[in-house]
Amino acid sequence: MEKRVNWRPYIAGALVGVLATLSVIVSTKVLGKTQFLGASTTFVRAAGFVEQAVDLGHVQKNPYFLKEKVKVDWQFMLVVGIFIGALAASVIDGSFKLEAVPPVWRERFGNSVGVRALGAFLGGIVAMFGARLADGCPSGHGLSGLMQLSVSGFIALTCFFGAGVLMAALVYRWKGGAR
Amino acid sequence: MSEHWLGLITGICFGALLQQGRVLRFERQVGAMLLKDMTIMKFMMSAILVGMVGVHMAVALGLAQLGPKATQIGANVVGGLLFGLGWAVMGFCPGTSVGAVAEGRWHAIFAILGMVAGAALYAEAYPHLEKNLLVLGSLGKITLPGVLGMSAWAIIPVLGLVFILLFMYFEKKGL
Repeated sequence: MEKRVNWRPYIAGALVGVLATLSVIVSTKVLGKTQFLGASTTFVRAAGFVEQAVDLGHVQKNPYFLKEKVKVDWQFMLVVGIFIGALAASVIDGSFKLEAVPPVWRERFGNSVGVRALGAFLGGIVAMFGARLADGCPSGHGLSGLMQLSVSGFIALTCFFGAGVLMAALVYRWKGGAR
Repeated sequence: MSEHWLGLITGICFGALLQQGRVLRFERQVGAMLLKDMTIMKFMMSAILVGMVGVHMAVALGLAQLGPKATQIGANVVGGLLFGLGWAVMGFCPGTSVGAVAEGRWHAIFAILGMVAGAALYAEAYPHLEKNLLVLGSLGKITLPGVLGMSAWAIIPVLGLVFILLFMYFEKKGL
């Protein structure tokens, strides 16, 4: 039986490898500091900006905000760029699609936007707390960490995926109906 | 200013490639965790395969420096596991959540809001973790070549071969 290989993830992924390489070279040359792809520190800075608007003194006294510095930096703009790039690419090839509840979620938890929103929100809190504790996410630890053969990257990615597999089985498979 | 522009341009390329790789979607991410759809693994491992050669070449030519994150076994493991638990329910990771909203999956907005809240929460917890969990098993910015006392060029082909064998396995099983 002939099966067609979908090359899409391989090609796009390999091009991310090229992008990461160009990015370390160009950022070293232009900025004097080698920049690696990552995303989760930007969420700390975003939280800092929100809190600053409410209570500036609190942010200025917090050791974590002092360590990570609440500012718009290279990575913050990278995350803004991800939005623009994904929007442009999805509009151009027509794959842009409004979706409130993904099918896999609907199968298990029904069509309620509120339940999906709550799941995404609570999952987001736990995941980001973990990412900051681990000092990185699948981009920073996974992609950039493994490209550099960093020991922390191998440990973190194993834990991300290991706990993800366990939790996904509990959430989407466990109890009747959801298969 | 050039720092901002450089970040933005790199991000636009990254976002377009994430979108074209079709890895921004909830069903892809959860599909990988359910071990049913390895699209994100193919994407990540392809990026790592090319990137580890490229980055180490750039370093060898003196065009860049490595900047590995510090290994703190306690924090890497506990934080990594927590991330995984949240990731399965959220269905996005930090970078992909932003791209997912951009391609119309607007429920990812709630994931982003949750992650900003999670980051704020961590900032409050940090002073209490700084002197215990964060120093547990702290080994510094170590890399595999350093630990094994081998050249990166001895490790890269082995890891590359493992990845390629995994790709063949995924395709054989239709994952």
